Amino acid sequence: MEIPAELAARIDEAITHYPVSKRSAVLPVLHLLQEHFRFISEEAVAWTAAKLGLEPIKVLEVVTFYPGFRQEAPGKVHIRVCRTLACAMAGSYEVMNKFCEVANIDRSHTSHHHPIAKSDDGKFSIEFVECLASCGSAPVCLVEDDLHERLTTENLGDVLAKY
Amino acid sequence: MASVEYLPGKQPHAREHRMIFRNVDRVGWDQSIETAIADGAYEMLKKAVTMERQAIINEVKASGLRGRGGAGFPTGVKWGFIPPTNTKPVYLICNADESEPGTFKDRYIMHQDPHQLVEGMAISAFAVKASLCYLYIREEFPHAAKIMEKAIAEARAKGFLGKNILGSGFDCEIYVHRGAGAYICGEETGLIESLEGKRPYPRIKPPYFPAALGLYMSPTIVNNVESLCHVKHILQMGGAEYAKLGTPNNTGTRILCVSGDVQKPGYYEVEVGKVTMGEVINDLCGGLKPGRSLKAIIPGGSSAKVLKADEKYKLKDGRELTIWDIPMDFDTMAACGSMAGSGGVMIMDDSRSMAWVINNLNKFYQHESCGQCTPCREGSPWMAKISDRIVAGNASPDDVDMLEQVANQIEGKTICAFGEAASWPTQSFVRKFRDEIKSVTKTDLSGKIVNEETKLAVAGLKA
Ligand SMILES: Cc1cc2nc3c(=O)[nH]c(=O)nc-3n(C[C@H](O)[C@H](O)[C@H](O)COP(=O)(O)O)c2cc1C
Ligand code: SF4
Ligand code: FES
Repeated sequence: MEIPAELAARIDEAITHYPVSKRSAVLPVLHLLQEHFRFISEEAVAWTAAKLGLEPIKVLEVVTFYPGFRQEAPGKVHIRVCRTLACAMAGSYEVMNKFCEVANIDRSHTSHHHPIAKSDDGKFSIEFVECLASCGSAPVCLVEDDLHERLTTENLGDVLAKY
Repeated sequence: MASVEYLPGKQPHAREHRMIFRNVDRVGWDQSIETAIADGAYEMLKKAVTMERQAIINEVKASGLRGRGGAGFPTGVKWGFIPPTNTKPVYLICNADESEPGTFKDRYIMHQDPHQLVEGMAISAFAVKASLCYLYIREEFPHAAKIMEKAIAEARAKGFLGKNILGSGFDCEIYVHRGAGAYICGEETGLIESLEGKRPYPRIKPPYFPAALGLYMSPTIVNNVESLCHVKHILQMGGAEYAKLGTPNNTGTRILCVSGDVQKPGYYEVEVGKVTMGEVINDLCGGLKPGRSLKAIIPGGSSAKVLKADEKYKLKDGRELTIWDIPMDFDTMAACGSMAGSGGVMIMDDSRSMAWVINNLNKFYQHESCGQCTPCREGSPWMAKISDRIVAGNASPDDVDMLEQVANQIEGKTICAFGEAASWPTQSFVRKFRDEIKSVTKTDLSGKIVNEETKLAVAGLKA
């Protein structure tokens, strides 16, 4: 695992935000690693543990708990569709099905611990997530870092076309 | 102050009282500190650092401000819980996890008016003497995290944060800390564990009340984004004057987040208790969808108990209210058997199946239980399984009663209030819509095992 100098500097800077306990930097360090590598590998867990002076299990238990950390690479473009009530009422399940149809993704093998499904070409991956705090413009999804609101089975092709 | 114009189509409704959302959708407004300062930002911080700490806390107490994160606890009283003999450092945490389904207000404050929050945090930090503050932002707000980091850096460059702020001798740093997609990080002790770099397993209260034993076992004040923004306005108006907004014991303004089956879902900032549920639906939100009638409302985030359209609520003072008459405040909403919670109002019309709705919510709580307590860890998935079966038409009428019983076995038996959050929706939906939910079940399935996993398990026992 190669940590570029710029990333290493950002990690060191993030650690300074926690003068009382280095362990507090587990989440920010993992975020920076995931941003760069797209997922948290076993090596990344070991590296983080060594960096912060922790047992690797202390890092791994964090990675496995939080849905925001992935242990496998997603597609080049990762989509998170809101599944919760306001979005579901506004059609997010239909939107999910349409996304899968358009991007050629088979979600039939997903489960609680493996929520992400990828398209065959590896371009897109998708998962259902819980309320994204944008219920007034439901249904919504996050494509990478960007929120897309008021999705319909008609307009989501335009959303995908941007990526 | 300059008059405020809003973007076309985004004008506030005449019934609104824009204070916290004054700059949301404002023409000519941006996130920069220059724009904010030209509008009077940081004047209240300048005032605060010349005041006695206790005087600020007294103003917040006098304002009657109640927390906007969910529990509605008086903010000034919470600040007063820091032990007077304390010698440890005090921390301030702003809860920007905004994860209660139906709630979407903190998002707009951070995206559109970051300096209001920075100023509110800095004033509050000064009042409780916290030199180290964290802003815990949910991971799904990546842009908000960047905007807040930039705003904090700008404020620091101008001397509003950092060492010896405004010559007061008080040091104050704020750092953004990002969550990682878990609802339980909104619960304040789960949040603290998360900030310590661990799984967000909530701590048991007592003894772990954050104001006494919080972050790093030091006194810690946790407040919601909107609550901390109000502090600035309380200082501006004075506590007593602020308390004239809203209604007695339910003071100030609050942002209602309306979603579901209305013409114009969205955010509406109103004086607390000054508009009724009927006015929210018919005036602010432009009414129900054409040809539809009201069926149910979840009034304060998905964890609040559901209100049924034809219910009557008898209050202690003798008044009898319909669902349309309920003022949007803390106390009446509680007297009607639900809660104002986080301000997330979810409207459901007669096109909605209540079995389907409760199944959707059961799945949320199944996914989000942290797994520490047996009743919650086991009960939440069972509720989801049973309601899955009901929705699929594979349930017997007894299953509906069993669904309620599972919820009863969670409520009050867990470490944190997630137990109630998970069971109240189920209990209230089943109790209020039992006949409807039973109508999608089949009597000839009574006593039969339809679940494939259960069949396998039972076969093993018999063998
Ligand atoms: C399961 C659960 C989830 C919560 N989620 C949030 C949240 O997302 N945001 C929030 O401000 N408070 C949330 N709270 C309430 C916090 O625990 C805490 O009471 C609040 O942040 C205090 O701030 P306030 O007094 O300003 O309301 C949640 C509570 C529970 C039990
Ligand atoms: S009630 Fe649920 S969420 Fe809260 S501590 Fe127990 S298991 Fe975790
Ligand atoms: S339910 Fe989808 S954003 Fe809240």
